[in-house]
Amino acid sequence: MKYYVQETCFYLLVLIIVIASVFPFYYAIITSFKAGTALFEVDYLPTSFNLANYAEVFASPNFIRSIFNSVFIASATVGFAMFLAITASYALARVRFQGRGLLLMTILAVSMFPQIAVLAGLFELVRFLGIFNKPWAMILSYTIFTLPFTVWVLTTFMRDLPMEIEEAAIVDGATPWQIITKVFLPLLWPALVTTGLLAFIGAWNEFLFALTFTASDTQRTVPVAIALLSGSSEFETPWGMLMAASVIVTVPLIILVLIFQKKIVAGLTAGGVKG
Amino acid sequence: MTSYPQHSGGQSLAAQRRKAAFWFLAPMLAALFFVAAWPLLRTIYFSFTDTTLTNLYGGEWIGFKNYLSYRQLSSGRVIWKGTLVDPAWWNAVWNTVRFSVISVAIETVLGIIVALILHRNFVGRGWVRAAILIPWAIPTIVSARMWGWMLNDQFGIINDILLKLHLIETKIAWTANIETAMTAVLIVDVWKTTPFMALLCLAGLQMVPKDIYEAARVDGVHPIKVFFRITLPLIRPALMVAIIFRTLDALRIFDLIYVLTPNSKATKTMSVIARENLIDFDKFAYGAAQSTILFAIIAVFVSAYIWLGKVDLAGEGDR
Repeated sequence: MKYYVQETCFYLLVLIIVIASVFPFYYAIITSFKAGTALFEVDYLPTSFNLANYAEVFASPNFIRSIFNSVFIASATVGFAMFLAITASYALARVRFQGRGLLLMTILAVSMFPQIAVLAGLFELVRFLGIFNKPWAMILSYTIFTLPFTVWVLTTFMRDLPMEIEEAAIVDGATPWQIITKVFLPLLWPALVTTGLLAFIGAWNEFLFALTFTASDTQRTVPVAIALLSGSSEFETPWGMLMAASVIVTVPLIILVLIFQKKIVAGLTAGGVKG
Repeated sequence: MTSYPQHSGGQSLAAQRRKAAFWFLAPMLAALFFVAAWPLLRTIYFSFTDTTLTNLYGGEWIGFKNYLSYRQLSSGRVIWKGTLVDPAWWNAVWNTVRFSVISVAIETVLGIIVALILHRNFVGRGWVRAAILIPWAIPTIVSARMWGWMLNDQFGIINDILLKLHLIETKIAWTANIETAMTAVLIVDVWKTTPFMALLCLAGLQMVPKDIYEAARVDGVHPIKVFFRITLPLIRPALMVAIIFRTLDALRIFDLIYVLTPNSKATKTMSVIARENLIDFDKFAYGAAQSTILFAIIAVFVSAYIWLGKVDLAGEGDR
């Protein structure tokens, strides 16, 4: 008897966790399918299937534009970070040199920077380079968190590769560059995909820099566009359209995260817990 | 790394590798200098000047005036000025600290509970793990908007649920009301970040050898005692790292508060007020001073935590 009570309580707890996790997104979806006055009635189950909000979102050129901006900015940022991080993390993971531990700590420290601390200096830099209100401003500023992150995670992945593989390559006379490109990269591609995806999500979600370094509606990224989406007055927030836009930008992310679920968990925990 | 095979010219091999390592690291370090170190130094420099947003290069050195300065009136009264005597700044500091302490504490406890549940084998475990990843995958701005709608005073579902359960009598303006704004922010942050905590705790739990539990069970140790005496000490390193990361994130929070409770005195944090001064109020140098203080606080916090907790963040200890 006691066993069944315990089991029931356990599954009840599981149920609460699942509902708490999923409900807000579920509620955004059912709201996004409501139009007109139906929007202002609280319903717990789907009551209508009206695509008017989605039509309105896709009819807004600036929103479509912001999706393209975000895709371009996040891809370019991740590409740039990966390009620099692969060789750097090989050096950090595989070569013994003085000050390596200190260097790793410094890189980790940069990824923990409060972004506001560099905002004033970056603002000057962005103005100086003449890239204010251009995607390059975001690509430049996002490097501050994507680069340390990719270096850090790739370093922990590379450290775990068996020594023998590298030793065999060295005996064969391979240079460090050949070891990276011919031996490590083919082995590491799952780690690269995970790291790239996590960095992409980070860049896609960034808000502070994108808000500060863009001025016109055509240059906005998705988070800024959604944050600034408002009606003619403060009290006329277009909730239906807002929820539709939220669903549109979130569904691809959720699908990606669910597909790469196991890898993402590995990537997230690669940083610290192995110490 | 351990030593490499000593074949002909073994010494020069190590030297060759070190040389390659230097060139592999140089571009990355140059990029980091360009986007992190240099802007940080410029921010600190700006904080000692009277630079304005419209005239970035016209600022003059004014020493600590943005931080603290005083002027004595002819009547003998001393007037203090600067961030350090600005009540709005101290309000923001208090908000940030309150938010960080409460949110990280709740997230840690909930994270451990969720991790313990996921650590058990049960039907549908994979689905539950997938479900808790959803809050993590949703962009912060989107969650702020979604919750803003759910917490809406007139049409929000949260008020509806609470009214139906007779927990409240009148509808609450969660995000607009001074008394509840911080609670609203905390709810959303806990919802969004507990999954991250849970996953890190779970990874820690999975490294604890199974036979320890087996031994404890054979000895008839009470499960709660097992948790506090065995599990918790063993996952402590993983937990410490997770708590540091979360606290640093909480101390610099900006986006959630900016969108969920705009301009609320009750939730304005250090990052929000610093950006407001930097960009919106044309008090560029003053905002730079506030950013610098926030940076200093975080730097002190990290050093203290690493030093006190002897946390091996780099994972170098066993290598």
